[in-house]
Amino acid sequence: MKIHEYQAKQLFRAAGVAVPQGIVAKTADEAGQAFATLGGPIAVVKSQIHAGGRGKGTFKELPAQRGVVLVKSAAEAAENAKRMLGQTLVTIQTGEEGKVVNTLFVEQGVKIARELYLGIVVDREVGGPVLIMSSEGGMEIEEVAKHSPEKILSEPFDAVAGLYPYQARKLAYALGLDATAVRSAEKFLPQICRFFVNYDCSMVEINPLIITEDSQMMALDGKVTFDDNALFRHKDVVALRDLSEEDPSEVKAADTGLSYVKLNGNIGCLVNGAGLAMSTMDLIKIHGGEPANFLDVGGGANEQQVTEAFRIILADKNVKAVLVNIFGGIMKCDVIVSALLNAYEKVGFNVPLVVRLEGTNVEKAREMLKASGRPIISASDLTDAAQKVVKSLGI
Amino acid sequence: MSILVSRSTRVITQGITGTSGLFHSQQCRAYAAECQPGVDVFVGGVTPGKGGTSVDGFAVFNSVIEAREKTGANTSMVFVPPPFCADAILEAADAGMDLIVAITEGIPVMDMLRVRRGLESSRSRLIGPNCPGVITPGVAKIGIMPGYIHTPGTIGIISKSGTLTYEAAWQLGRVGLGQSTAIGIGGDPINGTDYIDLLEMFQNDPGTEGILMIGEIGGSAEQLAAEYIKSYVKKPVAGFIAGQTAPPGKRMGHAGAIISGGGGGAAEKMEALRAVGVIVSASPGGMGDAMKQALKK
Repeated sequence: MKIHEYQAKQLFRAAGVAVPQGIVAKTADEAGQAFATLGGPIAVVKSQIHAGGRGKGTFKELPAQRGVVLVKSAAEAAENAKRMLGQTLVTIQTGEEGKVVNTLFVEQGVKIARELYLGIVVDREVGGPVLIMSSEGGMEIEEVAKHSPEKILSEPFDAVAGLYPYQARKLAYALGLDATAVRSAEKFLPQICRFFVNYDCSMVEINPLIITEDSQMMALDGKVTFDDNALFRHKDVVALRDLSEEDPSEVKAADTGLSYVKLNGNIGCLVNGAGLAMSTMDLIKIHGGEPANFLDVGGGANEQQVTEAFRIILADKNVKAVLVNIFGGIMKCDVIVSALLNAYEKVGFNVPLVVRLEGTNVEKAREMLKASGRPIISASDLTDAAQKVVKSLGI
Repeated sequence: MSILVSRSTRVITQGITGTSGLFHSQQCRAYAAECQPGVDVFVGGVTPGKGGTSVDGFAVFNSVIEAREKTGANTSMVFVPPPFCADAILEAADAGMDLIVAITEGIPVMDMLRVRRGLESSRSRLIGPNCPGVITPGVAKIGIMPGYIHTPGTIGIISKSGTLTYEAAWQLGRVGLGQSTAIGIGGDPINGTDYIDLLEMFQNDPGTEGILMIGEIGGSAEQLAAEYIKSYVKKPVAGFIAGQTAPPGKRMGHAGAIISGGGGGAAEKMEALRAVGVIVSASPGGMGDAMKQALKK
């Protein structure tokens, strides 16, 4: 799960991680007031969407308007807010369709001496969290990694013990910070690492992480992704979820207990198991088709869940054919067929349907399909299924 | 011959009084009874607070150590729900289980980091979590895979995926190849056992003649496995990588299946494996044939 920058900074502040003063604004008036409350002389009005590249991003409706703007008066803050709220911001990370800005964060301007990069992720090979820093703040870290990997410093730390002060100093000296900034880093870095562990994050990224003119380390941005599996113990984080930032069909699928990712093709897929679902997408592509989605109904889905899965797939207007690929282990093939026939009645299929079944109760399932009299194309194995579904598109 | 699961394996189930824990313990018991008539392989279970009771003929104990002392179990199959599962795995390790097979899906990554740290000082081997388990066809299965799709034979399977492993076993069956042991290592970012340890065991197992390795996008375990194969694996290896069409930044069902920051893509994994002589099937429909081809080399 992701959260907005302003939410991340509220959590940072509560955890003792230094951030500039800032106020949330949902209207132009609020933005103007926020400027006045912060007291100037400058402030930054920042669009709140779950995507990066906002500063360079522009609005669909008004290409001259940027997603992050420096302002010098309350009036200027309000005017900019008016041009941003309710409009669609397009950045390198949002795709062409962009994202609607519903919330702004008005932040006190800070005098910046240096811009750095900070990231924390769990490294599978190390088997623990790693703090990544770079002198190249404000840049895409992937670009830095590609062109000047020597500028990336990484420091694994123990999830239980946290980042030791000597590790913070090691990084601070390597980044060439002055004595005051080193002391600030000694406090800041262990705090942010502690935050990562305590909140079960899967990623924290602060870009830029700044050194102020008075040599203090501070988070000027905040991108946080949480481990979905750990949300059960972080009710405060769950409360921060912004459903308007998520794909509605993916949200619906998750609520039903299905794992669904929308893609851009035209062949809908319903599969059990993540690995098999990914492979089915690959298979479609190999045979010249394009998958419309990833959908894993899981190992023990019931009939109602499977019916809902069909409903989600068929609600996608791009879907011109559907491929069902089930290898029944725990999932029984007859349950799938029963749900499929149910969906035929309730949802209605107006596109070709190819079904490949194998595993538990497969004989019974095949008989049910045959007896139904529905125009369902059955396939004997994976390759056969892919060929038949691509052929059914008539291209 | 086989690895991990043999005729001396004796299993208890942690979380045996839960719905799936009980169902799969029954399924596993039935499979073992068919393979080894008259031998009790699944000897009981653990649910704290329900010790002294029994469920469908399985004796229930309060703790793993008690279950081990009273039944002689050397293996634990874990079905404990995610919030409590890391603790259950550590308890099994503390009780000295040789093998711990964690089926549970959805354990927080931070919990698994603690488990990994805890296992460093232990002699237990953990398979999973979030995996279908381990099967030595004709001997016993510890997990949720359907037994009947597997046939005894000489191919070792190592896979990150569940149903894709069933698909692989089924395809092997169609080309007349059975399995020595099939292991699902799980689709989580942090797991107990990765490819390399299992490649080593299969290389050393006289009952295994070839290895089928099934990977997924995310991380670089497959690339590390490729390096290992180059230096140490003399037996024929075939492979497949799922997720060639997955878009970057999207999690594909498994917590570990995500392409991030230009790493962990299917193409570079396939390339790494091919470079060390592994026969990699481009299509998931060609895993059986790829194995057959690798054996001919």
